[in-house]
Amino acid sequence: MKYIDEFRNSDIAKNISVAIAEKARRLKPINIMEVCGTHTMSICNFGIKDMLPDNVNFISGPGCPVCVTPKSYIDKAVAFSKKPGVILTTFGDMVRVPGSNSSLREEKAKGRHVRIVYSALDAVELARKNPDKKVIFLGIGFETTSPTVAASLVYAKKQKLCNFFVFSGHKVILPAMEALVKDGDVRINGFLCPAHVSTIIGKKPYTLITGKYKTPCVIAGFEPLDILQGIYMILEQITSKISKVENQYKRVARDSGNKKALTLINEVFSVEDSEWRGIGMIKKSGLFLNKKYSDLDAEKVFPVKSVTTKPDAGCICGSILKGIKTPFDCPSFSKTCTPEKPKGACMVSSEGTCAAYYKYRIWKE
Amino acid sequence: MHELIKKLFVKRLGNPLLDQLGDAAVLKAGPGLAFTTDSFVVNPIFFPGGDIGKLSVCGTVNDLCVSGSRPRYLSCAVIVEEGFSYGDLEKIVSSVKLTCKKAGVDIITGDFKVVEKGAADKIFITTSGIGELCQGDPLSIGRVRPGDKVIINGTIGEHGAAVLLAREELKFRAKIYSDCAPLQDLVSSILGRGVKFMRDPTRGGLATTLNEIAADSGYNIGIEESMVPVKESVRVLCEALGMDPLYMANEGKVVVIAAPEHADRVLSIMRKCPLGKKSAIIGEVKKEQKRIVYLRTKVGGKRMLDMLSGEQFPRIC
Repeated sequence: MKYIDEFRNSDIAKNISVAIAEKARRLKPINIMEVCGTHTMSICNFGIKDMLPDNVNFISGPGCPVCVTPKSYIDKAVAFSKKPGVILTTFGDMVRVPGSNSSLREEKAKGRHVRIVYSALDAVELARKNPDKKVIFLGIGFETTSPTVAASLVYAKKQKLCNFFVFSGHKVILPAMEALVKDGDVRINGFLCPAHVSTIIGKKPYTLITGKYKTPCVIAGFEPLDILQGIYMILEQITSKISKVENQYKRVARDSGNKKALTLINEVFSVEDSEWRGIGMIKKSGLFLNKKYSDLDAEKVFPVKSVTTKPDAGCICGSILKGIKTPFDCPSFSKTCTPEKPKGACMVSSEGTCAAYYKYRIWKE
Repeated sequence: MHELIKKLFVKRLGNPLLDQLGDAAVLKAGPGLAFTTDSFVVNPIFFPGGDIGKLSVCGTVNDLCVSGSRPRYLSCAVIVEEGFSYGDLEKIVSSVKLTCKKAGVDIITGDFKVVEKGAADKIFITTSGIGELCQGDPLSIGRVRPGDKVIINGTIGEHGAAVLLAREELKFRAKIYSDCAPLQDLVSSILGRGVKFMRDPTRGGLATTLNEIAADSGYNIGIEESMVPVKESVRVLCEALGMDPLYMANEGKVVVIAAPEHADRVLSIMRKCPLGKKSAIIGEVKKEQKRIVYLRTKVGGKRMLDMLSGEQFPRIC
């Protein structure tokens, strides 16, 4: 595969890992937070932990869209799926997330119209083909997915589609990073910043982290050489005692981000406080449909009776999402909480920390 | 109904045992028999490289093959939903016939039912099969020992990828054909030549089958990712969707565990078979007894290869 295989070259990887070991030799234990779930999966998938010295640790961050979506959101989605004439459309991972009493997969098995789609535009298409149905799309994810959902809303409005709606659970990543670094519960020595989100937001937002909190930030791609180089760049900043935003992923992410995508987000969404599963409310961290698009806002158009959400019992997803604990610290991990029967969101999503740990290293060695 | 059975099924699939149309076919038993059954449901029922008919023969034939037997007789029970197209049924029965011929088996008993609309999804097929055990050392997981080599007969993941694309829910276009094929010729050419155990990596893919072998043999298995054959088109599709070819279904593949001193010979015989041209030694049985499968990744890292849990879903972003 062109442009992929080059970034998986084992000789170059070996050279970088030797350079990393050299750089880290005199350092105390270093905690690098990989913010994004795709990084977590990539690190596990390519066996990158195995290529690093013992004093360089990864802490998995809150950048898994399914994981941070609160239970109350699932409960509401389940309630929407029960409405007559509704086709609920969603990304695949969401159907398995347990709500308080049910999941979308269980509702699907009961005969509710729950469809897995690959993009929001597929849901728009479904609405166009089924004018007698109301198609609700579950919009979740960070700046990688929100522009495409915004585009689908703009398109639906332009087409005067009256049966396409979005239930927005979208989030922005930076407030969560700030909350974690401010929290102080966990010592973060550097951030491996998400590749795809950064193609949208660019370098600038991270200057808050490097300036105010003096923590190095490196935007890195998802391929093994990207990640290894990103780690090397973070260690370089640490040993030189500086903190700045660097972009390792220049072949895709522009320093200035993607203006068109940002304009779309601003056109459709407004930024408000938002609940993160396991973390709680974070100020100005959620994207909700603004006034102009309120007629396409599922929450406004389909009021549901308030749903009582049960808290996660015995689940430490919150601490895992914050990077304070690892799945091995959780008494449920791999015992009562498995990918087949997940208790918490970190096990449900294929990009969740627990799922990644379970899939690639069941036993602590 | 009787007309349809005679006109379509008996006419197409006929042989001396089936033609009698008795309540049961009466057979002479050999020195040892293998017996298996499997039900087939697939959406869509026609896909590049095969259809539910071909699949229902290959699935059962291959289960018999990897048990070290020569497949001989199959039963075939078909359930269709009311309103199912006769033309499609005809196509499927023809495909059953053709595959039986290739596999050297006969359908000797069967059943056909029509259920109300909605009570079944188009068509379900169940086949059971009997095979005669081949002479020589029987295949057994108990014979697997550290140092044994793990061999696969070609590129993986094509059936899973072909079916996924044929559903047309994803806007991807690629020429990927299911590997669906009966394996009796390839398997019989290597039986008794140092092969200790075999299994066909169908649902759950190669990774799941390797885990079963590790669990049942008691030993760890080490796999070299760079040695596992995967077609470029399947790699690209999986890469784009966030899926893993190691977990994609196969319907014409076999994992062979062979003694180290015989492995190269087994490999060269397999490579001479039409269904084994891309055969490769992909790893070996290790002496550690944690029942874990490890993968040495292409980039040089090491990770565990777990069983597939749940389904693989395309990723969000």
